[in-house]
Amino acid sequence: MQTVKMVVTGPFNAGKTAFIKSVSEIDVVATERKISAEAEKVKDTTTVAMDFGRITVDDDLVLYLFGTPGQKRFDFMWEILSEGMLGFIVMVDSTRPETFREARSILQTFRAYAPTPYVVAANKQDMNDAWELNDIRLALRLDPKIKLLPCIAQKKDTVKAVLLELLYSILAEMESGGGR
Amino acid sequence: MALKGNLRDFTITQLLNLINLAQKTGVLVIEGPSEHATITFRQGKLAYAQTGREDGSLAFILQQTRKISQSQYRLLRERTAQMSDKELGLLLINAGYLSQDDILTSLQNHFVEIVRGLFTWGDGLFRFDQDVFPADGKITVRLDLENLIIEGSRQMREWERLQEEIPSLEMALRVSERPGANMKNINLSVEEWRVISYASPKNTIQQIARTTKMTDLEIRRVVYGLIQAGLVEVVRPEAPGAKPPPIRQFPTGSNKEEQKSLVNRLISRIRSL
Repeated sequence: MQTVKMVVTGPFNAGKTAFIKSVSEIDVVATERKISAEAEKVKDTTTVAMDFGRITVDDDLVLYLFGTPGQKRFDFMWEILSEGMLGFIVMVDSTRPETFREARSILQTFRAYAPTPYVVAANKQDMNDAWELNDIRLALRLDPKIKLLPCIAQKKDTVKAVLLELLYSILAEMESGGGR
Repeated sequence: MALKGNLRDFTITQLLNLINLAQKTGVLVIEGPSEHATITFRQGKLAYAQTGREDGSLAFILQQTRKISQSQYRLLRERTAQMSDKELGLLLINAGYLSQDDILTSLQNHFVEIVRGLFTWGDGLFRFDQDVFPADGKITVRLDLENLIIEGSRQMREWERLQEEIPSLEMALRVSERPGANMKNINLSVEEWRVISYASPKNTIQQIARTTKMTDLEIRRVVYGLIQAGLVEVVRPEAPGAKPPPIRQFPTGSNKEEQKSLVNRLISRIRSL
C-alpha cells in the first residue's frame, strides 16, 4: 500500500476545510477537544489543528490531503508533512485582500521548507467582492510560471481542477528532468 | 560469576532494584525479542546505555535527541569518525555549537529512553557482568535508578492494560466514517497524525509502527487514544495470509517512470471524482 500526500495551506478562513471536504471520501471526524486523557499521558505533546481527508486511488494507492495553517509556529509539522508530499496548494480568500500579505508569507515559508511543485487557489471567486485573478497575482507578487487558479471550495469541479493542475505541474517537472 | 537468567523469571524491575540496592557496578546485557541492549551501571546508578541496532556514537545520540540535524550528523560521521565521543564532545563545546549541559542532557535522555523501553520486554536472556565499563572514550552519566524503576512499573501496568485493549498488532486500522459529522479542526499530536495518515485496512498496526519507527508500547498508546476519540476503528486486515509488503511512500531518486506512473494514476482518479 502506497500513500502520498498533498498539503493545503493558507491564511485562516481561506477555505482549506471546505476544499478538502469537497473531494475527501471520508468526513473529517473532529472535535476540538484533545484526544482522550489516556493519550494525554504520552509525553509533553503539542497538538496541532489540521484538516484531514483521503482519496483512495486504487488497491495500492491512497492520497491524503492535509489542511494546515501556515503559521510559523506549526513549522515543526513539516517533518511529518514533507514525507512523501507530492506538492502543496496555497489557498487565498479572494474577498479579503488584507490576508494576501499573510498568504505571501506562508507561500515563501513553505517553498523554503519543501521544494515541491505548488499552485495557488484563489477561493471564493463566486463572491461579488472577489478580486480578479490578475490583481491577486500582482498582490501576491507571484512568478508568472506559478499557476493561480480560480476556486469555489464548495464546488467539487473547481477543487478537482486545482488538484489536477497541481498534478500536471508535478508531471511537467518530472518530464523536464526535475523531481525528487 | 556473572548473574544470568531470563526476563520471564526475573523481570527488568527486579534486576534494576537489585543493581540499585546492591550498588552494583557492571554491565547488563539483555537479548530481547528483536534486538539486544547493553546497560552499564556504576555503584548502582545508570552510567551508559546502548541498543544493538544503533551506532551508539555521541553524534548519533545528538541527532536522535534533535540537538543536531540529519545533515550535521552525516557530516560529523564523515569528518570525526576517528574521534572518540569525549573528543567530539569537547570539540563541539569548544566550537560553541553545544554546551556541556546540552550534551549531558541528550545522553541522559537517550539512556533513559532505552531503559524505559526495556520494561516492555517480557522475555529475553540477560547477563550481568561485574566491573565491566564502557570503552574509555565514551561519556558516561550518573542517574539514580529509583525514579526509573517507579516509572517503569507504572509503564508495565499501562502496557498490560494496552495489551488487553489492543491484543494484536496484526489488525488494521480504518479511519472512522461518520456521515453528517460537523467539520471542525482535529487537534492531534505529531505521532497521532503520523498514525492516522497510514490508517487503511491494508496496513496492519505492526506495519504502521515499523514505518513510523514506534515501539509496540508507543503505537498501542497512540492507537488506543485514537480509538477512544472515535477517529479510527480496528478492523481485520484486507490481505490475510501472505506477508504484506511494507508501506511505501512516493518513490524518490532515479525511479522516474514509477513516479510518473503514480502521478498519472492520481490524475485519472481525480478526474473520475
